[in-house]
Amino acid sequence: MDRNTKRKNIIILLFLIVGFIYLIKLFSLQVLNKTYKHSATRNVLREVIDFPSRGLIYDRNGELLVYNQASYDLLITPGETSPFDTTLLCSILEINKHDFIGEVKKAHKYSRFKPSIVVKQLSSEKYALLQEKMYKFPGFYFHTRTLRCYNHNNAAHVLGYVGEVNNSVIQKDNYYKQGDYIGITGLERAYEKELRGEKGVSFFLVDVHNRIKGSYENGRLDTNSVKGKNIHISIDTELQAYGEKLMQNMAGSIVAIEPSTGEILCMVSSPSYNPEQLVGRNRISYFPKLVADTLLPLFNRAVQAQYPPGSTFKMVHALIGLHENIITPYTTFHCAMGYHVGNFSQACHHNRDFRLSGSIAQSCNAYYTNVFRKILDEPKFGGTKNGYEIWRNHVVSFGFSRKVTHELHEELNGFIPTSDYFQNNLFRYSRWRSLPLVSIAIGQGEILTTPIQMANYTAILANRGYYYTPHFIMEIEGDEVDTLYKEKHFTSIDTVHYEKIIEGMEWVMDSEKEGTAADSRIPGIAMCGKTGTAENPHGPEHSTFIAFAPKEKPVIAISVYVENGKWGNLYAAPIASLIVEKYITGDIQKSRKNLEKRMMETNLLYPDKPNYIRYKE
Amino acid sequence: MRQQQNIWYNVDWLTVFIILLMMLLGWLNIYSSVFNEEHSSIFDLSQRYGKQLLWIGLSFIIGVIIINIDSKFFVAFSYLIYGFFIALLVIVLFFGKEINGARSWFVIGSFAFQPSEFAKFATALALAKLISSYNFNFSNWNSQLKLLAVVSIPVLLIILQNDVGSALVFMVFLIPLFREGLSGLILFFVLFFVLVFVFSLVIEPLVLLLLLLAFAFVIYLAIKKSWRSIGFGLLVLIGTSLLVWLYTLVFKKVFPGFYYILFRASILSGMAMILLSFYKRKPQLRLISSIFIISVLFSFSVDFAFENILGSHQQDRINNLLGLEYDPLGAGYNVNQSKIAIGSGGFGGKGFLKGTQTKYDFVPEQSTDFIFCTVGEEWGFVGTTVILCLFFFLVVRLILLAEKQRSVFSRFYGYSVASVLFFHVAVNIGMTIGLAPVIGIPLPFFSYGGSSLWFFSILIFVFLRLDANRLDQLH
Repeated sequence: MDRNTKRKNIIILLFLIVGFIYLIKLFSLQVLNKTYKHSATRNVLREVIDFPSRGLIYDRNGELLVYNQASYDLLITPGETSPFDTTLLCSILEINKHDFIGEVKKAHKYSRFKPSIVVKQLSSEKYALLQEKMYKFPGFYFHTRTLRCYNHNNAAHVLGYVGEVNNSVIQKDNYYKQGDYIGITGLERAYEKELRGEKGVSFFLVDVHNRIKGSYENGRLDTNSVKGKNIHISIDTELQAYGEKLMQNMAGSIVAIEPSTGEILCMVSSPSYNPEQLVGRNRISYFPKLVADTLLPLFNRAVQAQYPPGSTFKMVHALIGLHENIITPYTTFHCAMGYHVGNFSQACHHNRDFRLSGSIAQSCNAYYTNVFRKILDEPKFGGTKNGYEIWRNHVVSFGFSRKVTHELHEELNGFIPTSDYFQNNLFRYSRWRSLPLVSIAIGQGEILTTPIQMANYTAILANRGYYYTPHFIMEIEGDEVDTLYKEKHFTSIDTVHYEKIIEGMEWVMDSEKEGTAADSRIPGIAMCGKTGTAENPHGPEHSTFIAFAPKEKPVIAISVYVENGKWGNLYAAPIASLIVEKYITGDIQKSRKNLEKRMMETNLLYPDKPNYIRYKE
Repeated sequence: MRQQQNIWYNVDWLTVFIILLMMLLGWLNIYSSVFNEEHSSIFDLSQRYGKQLLWIGLSFIIGVIIINIDSKFFVAFSYLIYGFFIALLVIVLFFGKEINGARSWFVIGSFAFQPSEFAKFATALALAKLISSYNFNFSNWNSQLKLLAVVSIPVLLIILQNDVGSALVFMVFLIPLFREGLSGLILFFVLFFVLVFVFSLVIEPLVLLLLLLAFAFVIYLAIKKSWRSIGFGLLVLIGTSLLVWLYTLVFKKVFPGFYYILFRASILSGMAMILLSFYKRKPQLRLISSIFIISVLFSFSVDFAFENILGSHQQDRINNLLGLEYDPLGAGYNVNQSKIAIGSGGFGGKGFLKGTQTKYDFVPEQSTDFIFCTVGEEWGFVGTTVILCLFFFLVVRLILLAEKQRSVFSRFYGYSVASVLFFHVAVNIGMTIGLAPVIGIPLPFFSYGGSSLWFFSILIFVFLRLDANRLDQLH
């Protein structure tokens, strides 16, 4: 090969090497690497989401409680704007000009061609005002969403509220995207899947300026949105409102259940808030206030407050005693102004013998201390620890120490200590004895229950031995309600024993039997109840009362707690009797109007300002 | 009449066919990249594809005219043609229009024309004429000066227009010059330093140093085996590094950095090798050590210049080219979008008119500089391979034709045409797939625009005319 041929070959080789490198690069770019294909799809595809309207909520009488109204987000596409009158815009919207300019700058930073939200959730009034002037603001436009709207300002805790999803939900459930709404508490959360419906999505091809150029694959992948399902809940709005009115200046709760179905008729947690306060732009101003309020208005006391049950718990001991043949209705115990063993005393205020019914009517501590100790120390159980475990198993079968509803996510368990708990604390260095546990006999000590658990327990007594899981849901339009709510749950107590305690509960309302709540008797209605006083280490005791009525074929079972109300018969019993009367007869008889007035005017929240009434805004 | 027939008979029709094929394929891709339903007529002169069809027609008319001109015309008038385009390059500096930051365009009505394109053609002719002149000799100072002048005058004028990309194209004249006898070392050094420049920015100094060392080692082995001197050089390198390190340890003196230690150590060891080469009388070792030292100096000064002299946007561009920074919406936006478009084409492509990236303007300049994206997206790897093969077939065919020429003028000119084509294809396709800097030169026969289409037609048809003459004289 001469020099020239060599050089020709070198040059050709050089060219071909470059060509070969390019081929390899193209092969890796086009065939091996898949990321560019995803990037291309990301570039051109825009999803346009069609948000369905959320299902409506009706009460048990078909009254509309929750519906939707349109709200408007103001968006800006910075690339399409021309200089505009910021002051005018802000004055129409009544927003801070400085904040607004900040949002506009953020939008600029995000993208010139993609829209960003600058003002969220405008009311239809402001929307209407601005709509007339929109020609002055090119590059701005509206985006319609729906917000919850309420016909009544009641049952805020039950209904719960709706808000934007947080990141942890987005990560778990890919249905939700940033900015979507989701039920955060209450029934809005429990029936989120039914209420929300299904989002629809349309895919469009867009160009580099985000202008829509056509549908993607002729809309083959597009879906229509499905409207949320309406639900009917068991709340009786009138009763709920009445309960909230009675408790307007008290902290506490009312839970009423229809024993024959387990449907919750009303659930009052006081103090409460107006559900409108947590909708749309209102939330920004109200939420921090509600959170900071020392009376905890966001706290649903009916399912989250855990109090000692007090004397209302005594029938549980009686039923266990009867079931285990430790007592009969005719067993007598003596009360000598209390229960005394050696140096130990549990105070009471009688000096006489009691049988079962009388002990309930007059709430004798000595009687139940005897019963409780006899259960624990029963020889056939083989030791106090075993006795305690048998006792606890019976107690838990009443729905204590666990969540009784399936709908309220925020519900707490209450607390009935296990034997291990005492083994590790009280009896760590000594053998099991029943005496150190006797405060449990009168519903105090370590045990804690929630108002909903107490209402469910009352329903068990009313049903003479069983309950339906307390629930709100009555109907989901176009869907089935969980069959779980149709199942009877029996306690571990033989149903024959229940009738034996009903008499005592009836005597509670009877002045002749010196019943503890005789003042709250409703003439004409045979109500069975039990007062209680829940010890409170932070201040005056809580007043509590459970009741069902009528005695035969009960239609309502109720539990009332009034915080710092001292004795059961002082506030809780009158309130319960008013709710029962209102529910059964629809009105309050004349002779009891004074009682009603006294309850409504009582101010336990602000004892230093007796005339101040805390109304919901 | 007889002669005319002969001329047409002698034209290399395969080349003409390839050019025509590429122009039509180019036109299809331009049609696709600017296509919209409202203007679907292919003869719509308000649209780019309509105009391009007109430009294609005109380039073949130009081709017919060129074939009919006597080949002696190009030899005789090459300096005049060169002078004419140099004059245009001067005039455009004063009367030209600035497009994309470069004052390199004459704009008459809707027609824009870039004299720097034609300056390549003129320079090819002038160089061919110079080289083929009787008293030209590569080792002669006078000849070397003339050569330098012919190339550097247009290069300087084009740099003055602020169009460095087009000026870089003139580097390809090294290839025909190499073929005609220019020392291979010059070509080698240019390539070598381009590589060292790129590597200095991409690779860690330590790795680069090892690479250079290995390179020097391989070359030395290729020339003559001498393990002992290599071992000696390595010992000096390690020894000096250790000494400098100990020095910093003992005196607690903080050195400006580890790289400076490396830098000094490698310079010192290189010098030691040179001394050794004198002692052992081994001139090859001396040469290689010198190259090594120069490379090290060059590489470190590139780093220094890059950090301290270049502006941040220039740094961005270079970084982006070298794949050092991932910033899809910043300086690398164009290249990234272009790679997305080509990459999304996959093996078989999305089909004609189905490319979303190019149709919806995600790729900038898609009918001109980035036309290859449309090919990649709509025709896939199959399409890009076919186009690439067509180009390289054409380039190699031109070289083989050039080799057959009997006059130095024709051969040099043929090589120039092949090299210019190669450079345009390599840089243009390279920039769309991220292998070359974005310097905005068109893809021959594909990119939209009359100016570049005619330039390439003239370039090739003149060579075809010269080639036809060769056969004509045979008869």
